[in-house]
Amino acid sequence: MELKEKLLSSFMAFEERIDVHAELHDVRTAALKNFENKGFPTKKEEAWKYTSLNAVLKNDFTVFPKQENTVQYADVKKYFLHEIDTYKVVFIDGVFSSHLSATTHEGIDVCLLSSALNKPKYKEIVDTYFNQIVNKEESLTSLNTAFANEGAYINIPRNKVADKPIEIMYFSTGNEAALLVQPRNLIVVGENAQVQIIERHQSLNENPVLTNSVTEIFAQKRAFVDVYKIQNDSLSANLVDNTYVSQKEESSVAVNTFSFGGNLTRNNLNFYHFGERIVSYLNGITIIGEKQHVDHYTLVHHATPNCESHQDYKGIFTDRSTGVFNGKIFVEKEAQKTNAFQKSNNILLSDKATINAKPQLEIFADDVKCSHGCTIGQLDETAMFYMQQRGIPKKEAKALLMYAFSNAVIESIKIPELKQRITKIIANKLGVKMGFDL
Amino acid sequence: MLSIKNLHASIGDKEILKGINLEVKAGEIHAIMGPNGAGKSTLSAIIAGNENYEVTQGEIFLDNEDISELAPEERAHKGVFLSFQYPVEIPGVSVTNFMRTAINETRKANGQEEMPANEMLKVIREKSELLEIDRKFLSRSLNEGFSGGEKKRNEIFQMAMLEPKLAILDETDSGLDIDALRIVANGVNKLKSDKNAIVVITHYQRLLDYIVPDFVHVLYNGKIVKSGGKELAHELEEKGYDWIKQEQEA
Ligand SMILES: Nc1ncnc2c1ncn2[C@@H]1O[C@H](COP(=O)(O)OP(=O)(O)OP(=O)(O)O)[C@@H](O)[C@H]1O
Ligand SMILES: [Mg+2]
Repeated sequence: MELKEKLLSSFMAFEERIDVHAELHDVRTAALKNFENKGFPTKKEEAWKYTSLNAVLKNDFTVFPKQENTVQYADVKKYFLHEIDTYKVVFIDGVFSSHLSATTHEGIDVCLLSSALNKPKYKEIVDTYFNQIVNKEESLTSLNTAFANEGAYINIPRNKVADKPIEIMYFSTGNEAALLVQPRNLIVVGENAQVQIIERHQSLNENPVLTNSVTEIFAQKRAFVDVYKIQNDSLSANLVDNTYVSQKEESSVAVNTFSFGGNLTRNNLNFYHFGERIVSYLNGITIIGEKQHVDHYTLVHHATPNCESHQDYKGIFTDRSTGVFNGKIFVEKEAQKTNAFQKSNNILLSDKATINAKPQLEIFADDVKCSHGCTIGQLDETAMFYMQQRGIPKKEAKALLMYAFSNAVIESIKIPELKQRITKIIANKLGVKMGFDL
Repeated sequence: MLSIKNLHASIGDKEILKGINLEVKAGEIHAIMGPNGAGKSTLSAIIAGNENYEVTQGEIFLDNEDISELAPEERAHKGVFLSFQYPVEIPGVSVTNFMRTAINETRKANGQEEMPANEMLKVIREKSELLEIDRKFLSRSLNEGFSGGEKKRNEIFQMAMLEPKLAILDETDSGLDIDALRIVANGVNKLKSDKNAIVVITHYQRLLDYIVPDFVHVLYNGKIVKSGGKELAHELEEKGYDWIKQEQEA
């Protein structure tokens, strides 16, 4: 049976298994309808021109794992930022793992979406926020909504600063021959509140996985939110990450995406502004090889005056890897004095690697500053010769240049241990050991 | 120390060096002068191992070892240093980190331990004082936004750090103001010993008043067409290159 049919036919069984209240049932049913009409996106759609899910969808995915799987902390410790204390919300094959998690309700809520959806005390929040900022027309988001039940729920009330970073971790064990998981995260950050979040999807063996994840982030007035997405999964893992960010006035939200692993990765990252003096940061480092594919599809919707957005994406592509950057900036008529910047700098290290980089600006206000620059280059040979002349071997010189190239984005990481970790992953990726941190 | 024999080199179809012979002994200073486009930078790039040029004939020996097949870093490890006419900007890598990597890679290649961090700091302090370089400078990205003169001074700072056996200074004087020229030349002279050798490429006599050459060569149209003592530089300063060109065409 085709995956689409399988999903449509398993919906009733899915809803029977969980407690649903009427409103949620309506939301899910409407979402399923949209997915049924549109189906999985194909290359015929402009937004999916360079990314094909066809090969991935041929797998016979299990939609709901038959059994509960466990993993030992010792086996997965390395995926956590274990150097420091963090809150943890951990899922194994889509199911919450209480023994790997460290949740809290003290002052802030770091827990499960399933309980938020079902417990009366969260109803108001769920009614206010759940599924409110997503693009209801987008079929994969709808598919996620239809089956939305589990994921992280984070609520930082006004004036609270989360006392440690929060790690949201999705493991897949590979106990299923092929697994589809659809995590759903809801993150609400109140007025003046602050939080740092690290999100990671990791499969623990080589069986194919498709993750179709949706995250909604609501930043209230003057909220500060830092999100780090670490995409360093195995080559059998596929990820479609749909992240929607809603910002109120003077809030600042940064989403940093580090794409090193995985077979196919599509990041749909959307920012919407509802207030003045908002700042949005979208940063990315992509370093891939073999036949890996990473597609960054960003949207910043400037709807209010005096706001800023900064997009800075660096990509390094070797072998036959393929990259896509499509950055859409939409500036509405009311959004005067917008500053919208976008950069996508790419290096192709092999002539078989490709990158499609495309800015898409739609500007309806007249008093705005917008800049965009997509560059595609090879390694700077004069710089290589210069460094080698000083005694730095070719491989190290290359790595140093790559580091230097991605440095601006590495610098934006605000958690020192995470910065070190990312630097190390990059060094590993490039096959060198650097004697220092940049 | 350096021995170049009948060196021919080209880029694409274009022959740039047309039979260069040059002998440089330890303890000597050689100056190479010559009109624009003569091939001076090409020669220095080829000695340093730049792979963009194709050596079609001839050999390059360093201490009796043929180095023509070695990679640029291997030549650097053997003590070849080239101060670039146009130093390259490397954003994101600080001067200090760059030097640390360069020194430790060189030591590693020569079977030595890494230089301990405190010693490194000490050497950096010493050498930056020698060249009167502000410490703040060292934490900036290498050459990025440096003025022309600052870049050149930074090249000689790197030379001082690496203590090469053979240093080729390609127009290090251009872009330097009068005070900087004195500081840089003074630095070079301090580094000079009877164990190393220096080749200075310059258009101006002025530098040679400070760094006094034992030999002066004129490179013209891919060949060394005249060699002499330091008085040859004076003669060129006075008369220009026309007489040499005429001699060649005659
Ligand atoms: N990469 C290259 N491609 C094509 N031609 C080159 C290249 N490099 C050098 N040349 C040519 O080779 C010749 C010698 O150049 P080179 O830079 O060695 O001259 P130079 O003597 O250093 O001159 P200057 O005094 O202006 O620095 C010039 O005609 C130059 O245009
Ligand atoms: Mg030159």
